[in-house]
Amino acid sequence: MSTWIQITPLQNIPLREGRCVTLGRKEIAVFHLPEKVLAIDNRCPHGQGPLCDGITTGTHVVCPLHGWKIDLETGMVARPDVPVGVKTYPCRVNSDGIVEINVAATQEAEVAA
Amino acid sequence: MTRKKLKQQLIVIGNGMAGIGCLEQILRHNHNFEVTVFGDETHVNYNRILLSSVLAGEKPVDDITLNPLAWYLEHKITLRLGIRVTSIDPTMRTISGDDGSVTSYDKLLIATGSKPFIPRIEGVEKDGVCAWRTLADTQWILNRTKPGTKAVVIGGGLLGLEAARGLQVQGCDVTIVHLRDRLMERQLDSTGGRYLRSKIEALGVKVLLEKSTAAILGNGHATGVRLTCGLELPADLIVVAAGISPNADLGKQAGLQVNRGIIVNDYLETSNPDIFAVGECTEHRGVCHGLVAPLLAQGKVLAATITGNRGATFEGAIPAAKLKIMGVDVFSAGSNEGGPGIETVKYEDESQGVYKRLFLDGGRLVGAILVGDSNDSHRYSEWLRTGANLSAKRRTLLFPDPIADNGDAAAMLSDADTVCGCLGVSKGQIIEAIHEKGVCTMAQLKECTRASTGCGSCGNLCMDILRAVAPNFEEETKKVLCKCVPFPQEQIKEMIRTQRMKSVQEVLDIYGNGIGCEVCKPALSYLVDVVNCGEHDEDRSTRFINDRVHANIQNDGTFSVIPRMRGGITTPDELRKIADVADKYKVPLVKVTGSQRIDLLGIKKEDLPKVWADLGMPSGQGYAKGVRMVKTCVGSTFCRFGTQDSIATGVELERRMENLFTPHKTKMAVVGCPRNCAEATVKDIGLVGQEGSWQVVVGGAAGKSVRKADLLITVSSTEEALAAAEVFFQYYRENANYLERTYDFVERHGIEKIRRDTVYAPDAIKEALLDRLTKSKNLSQDAWLERDNPINATQFVQIQPMEQPIMPPSPSYLRSSASAND
Repeated sequence: MSTWIQITPLQNIPLREGRCVTLGRKEIAVFHLPEKVLAIDNRCPHGQGPLCDGITTGTHVVCPLHGWKIDLETGMVARPDVPVGVKTYPCRVNSDGIVEINVAATQEAEVAA
Repeated sequence: MTRKKLKQQLIVIGNGMAGIGCLEQILRHNHNFEVTVFGDETHVNYNRILLSSVLAGEKPVDDITLNPLAWYLEHKITLRLGIRVTSIDPTMRTISGDDGSVTSYDKLLIATGSKPFIPRIEGVEKDGVCAWRTLADTQWILNRTKPGTKAVVIGGGLLGLEAARGLQVQGCDVTIVHLRDRLMERQLDSTGGRYLRSKIEALGVKVLLEKSTAAILGNGHATGVRLTCGLELPADLIVVAAGISPNADLGKQAGLQVNRGIIVNDYLETSNPDIFAVGECTEHRGVCHGLVAPLLAQGKVLAATITGNRGATFEGAIPAAKLKIMGVDVFSAGSNEGGPGIETVKYEDESQGVYKRLFLDGGRLVGAILVGDSNDSHRYSEWLRTGANLSAKRRTLLFPDPIADNGDAAAMLSDADTVCGCLGVSKGQIIEAIHEKGVCTMAQLKECTRASTGCGSCGNLCMDILRAVAPNFEEETKKVLCKCVPFPQEQIKEMIRTQRMKSVQEVLDIYGNGIGCEVCKPALSYLVDVVNCGEHDEDRSTRFINDRVHANIQNDGTFSVIPRMRGGITTPDELRKIADVADKYKVPLVKVTGSQRIDLLGIKKEDLPKVWADLGMPSGQGYAKGVRMVKTCVGSTFCRFGTQDSIATGVELERRMENLFTPHKTKMAVVGCPRNCAEATVKDIGLVGQEGSWQVVVGGAAGKSVRKADLLITVSSTEEALAAAEVFFQYYRENANYLERTYDFVERHGIEKIRRDTVYAPDAIKEALLDRLTKSKNLSQDAWLERDNPINATQFVQIQPMEQPIMPPSPSYLRSSASAND
């Protein structure tokens, strides 16, 4: 069984923006950055703001509700200085230009839960 | 008993610009005085020249104070305010005040200035008639004026014109009655007078020439004036500005030689060795000077004389006058009449309203008249002062050499050239203050050199020199946008303009870190839009989510939808559609907003395009840093008090500005009468209707800050009011920093500068602002039309995954839903 789930053609996510996708019961925000694609849990740990709607700054995203800044690579909150974070998911673009997320590699059980 | 005082008693009678100006000079000398100042006004020394700015609402009273109380304390000056000196006893060397006090002096300085000349007119003592000379007069006038007040100004000289202008700005209906055949006849020739008249009339002030006032009408309180020709003009307020005469009574009483004024010699000595006089109360070589520059020059000479450094002399001055009415440039200096041996050089441009005439005698400038364009007045003052031979400059007499005319007046000056004509401060002195005293702000410069504390017209020039010379000058204003693009917004706009940059990413790549953040990206989005008048490459990734989906994100991630209801006007049909939408999408909350609109809250992002389509109404931009609404009152349409059609005007105002982005949200209102039911005076832009005219006010706020809007202009027609609002609107769009509300913007620049740069700017500048507004407007559209043409495939819809992880509860169900969507 492949653990990489095909999500959508890359062009459906505009450069430097994020989009939300629901896998099972899990909302995941996928970001299209100049060098790579990155995926994290969509809800901000602060006020459950939709991170997919945030403005990206490098490999971080800023939550549209109250400005918390999340590191897309580690999932950790970079601002304010609090030791919390969100889950990250391996993400890639396959040779057909399709964005894929690997839910099994990290938290498949949770995604499925 | 012999006087054993260590210090000599110096009494100054008069707390005005000449007396205190002289005292400031005395304090610079090594002196042995204990100083007492008597002033019959109750205010500390203020800039009398700027009373016209106070009357016109351009400056608050505090701004025209020249010497605050602290200055008197610091210099140990005893200040006796509100006391009129009634007599001088030159033998006993004492003075008596109207409070019964007697004070002895060793040296006495008379600086009593002048008094208004009140012509003998029947009924001139009636309530409602006043002269205009002091701050108290100004406040009295301001208390008597309200929109629609009928005012007559008697006298069409410099003072009368400035009074008329101030009253007009306050919304009064003003008529000038002038005895002579032209306005400002002492400074202008007949052609110049004609040009000036048309400019004054264009401001909405009526001008009656060759008319004299026979009587003030009314029983106790003035109700009008009757002219000698029989014409009667109704008036609630009559300002007499028929000239001034030296206030020399005390000199006469003390037995000094007095003609029109107290006679002084070149050292400013009177006929009594212990008494000196300075300023408008004096007569020097047969001339009574009435302008600030010669009076301050006298003060310098007198300071030397009185401190035992007699030597410097005052040898008279070339009369020069500048009218301080925004948008009406008038400058006149020296001779204004031809004569044998006098050549004149002229230029006229009827359509631009520009008239220039120079008087030359043997190749030297002896007089200049400028109407409509006084940018060059500096050059002429300098030529008059130095008496330079202009034979070699004949080609460029009327206009500066094109090469030199690059707008950089400051660089063109030599160090010896005078920058502040009033205070006699040269460019060299300013530069010295910058280098030697570390002066780097305008406030410090005023404090240190007193430059620009006279009529203030050299302010921009001083600022230019500061900017060019002071190493730390920029520190004050330099606030960079953010660390990603470390430049002030002003400079970024310039970069975008000159480098013709069309996208945020370009700016970030060339001038920034290539990445950007949530602070600079929306700001740059705004800037590339406004600089390019909408002809930019829109990149939604740099916009806040609200501007990506044209709705206001709420605390649960849903959105609010506010359709545009121009002027707060709706119809049963629209209301029905709104109700249907609320039902169909199970809108959790329907709310009437503070902006006279209806807000549908709790809409899911993917429903937005459908909601907009069902509503069939345009976006109200309730989510954007953009044009929000124009709130209106009922106005003349139904209201029995309404004087103007506020609804139609408000709807039109909204139409002209809607769909545009602004530095911060822009809220407007139009009211049909001064009852102000739609709160126009606390809006970013407000139009306040009154009988026969509109006041356009800007910079109001009633949110985080509360601020009463400043008056931009009073105009007679609705179209003019709309145009004034548009000119200000575009000026704000172009010049404010991103996220700067109008109330901060107006406060930062001062309403005076904003008026000068907008409604009182030359026509070409106003037209250019309006052209750029039109261009932006033509490229803008209702954002909700993106429902049919989304900017990308997933602008509103959620991505449906091509496959789902294999897991319970029902992969097949989820798969089929995904494929259905593909």
